[in-house]
Amino acid sequence: MKIKNKTLLLVAVAILFSCFATPVRAQEITPTVSDDEVNRVAQQLYCPVCENTPLDVCPTKACAQWRELIREKIALGWSDQQIKRYFAEQYGGQVLAVPPLQGLNWIVYVLPPLVVIGGIYLAITIVKRSRKSVIPEETDLVPSPPPASETVMEQIEKDLQKEERS
Amino acid sequence: MNHPVENQPSSTPEKRRFPWAVAIVTSVFTIGLLVVLGLWMKQSKVTSLEIGVNVPDFSVTTFDGETYTKSALEGKLILINFWSSWCSSCDEEGFALEEVWQEVKSSGDIVFLGVNYVDTEKDSIAFIEKYGLTYPNGPDLGSKISRIFKVQAVPETYIIGRDGTLAAIKIGAFESANEIRTLLQEAGQE
Repeated sequence: MKIKNKTLLLVAVAILFSCFATPVRAQEITPTVSDDEVNRVAQQLYCPVCENTPLDVCPTKACAQWRELIREKIALGWSDQQIKRYFAEQYGGQVLAVPPLQGLNWIVYVLPPLVVIGGIYLAITIVKRSRKSVIPEETDLVPSPPPASETVMEQIEKDLQKEERS
Repeated sequence: MNHPVENQPSSTPEKRRFPWAVAIVTSVFTIGLLVVLGLWMKQSKVTSLEIGVNVPDFSVTTFDGETYTKSALEGKLILINFWSSWCSSCDEEGFALEEVWQEVKSSGDIVFLGVNYVDTEKDSIAFIEKYGLTYPNGPDLGSKISRIFKVQAVPETYIIGRDGTLAAIKIGAFESANEIRTLLQEAGQE
């Protein structure tokens, strides 16, 4: 009798718990994505409605929505590249912190190194030229001996005369 | 005895000439690139469209999957409203637009197009459902349409005349349905 009562009690408790239990949705079992993970992608994107503000620090409602969208995409297993590509397709390439190598964007990549290389080349050329004008040109001529002093010359003359006499 | 010092044949090194040709080509190339960059930036500089200009062709694919192309709608008045779910004044304006849309949609002479500006699809659809908007609404994929109209903020509304030129501009939210009716009337008369 006691066993039967216990069983009934357990069944009643189970029914009671099942009444309070809520169905678990697919979204709720998706892995939680931290703010750091969201910001890692967000800092590679720019707010489309404010001037020069990265998405990770942008305080507008639009940016908050975008960060949530990033969170959802990360939870779905999208890579950073996939998320960035999605944002560029949806909102245009101007939302990317680093512009893609398309159209006239290549100027941004090519011009600075070109100017730096050209500048270095010109600087080296100018320095070389200025050095040449300061240092006299080297020649293959044998250097002339330094002029002998008068006493030495006199001594040489005396020696020669002695030699002639002898 | 003379021991003259013989002069060795002097070999004077050739003076290296400054590479003017390289410098000129490099300078011209750099200046050219800067000019192109400047023109590009000038072109993309925000200046709103002027009334009377021919509006380039564009398409809006709605959240329901219908596509509206400007060229296919020629001969009709097209009202294009740029909005966002995050825009604080877009809700009141949405009500006013919906009110006027209910009045004009049966005529077939006027088309309303809601263009969702830099917004997420989930929030946009929630906004449309919340405010009961029934006129066609779609996202501005790649911000292509807002770039044509040089949209700076939302809401902004443009009316394209029957001849395909820009007939009216409203920057900011409409204050009432009457304001929309008046603007449509003026644009239709032109």
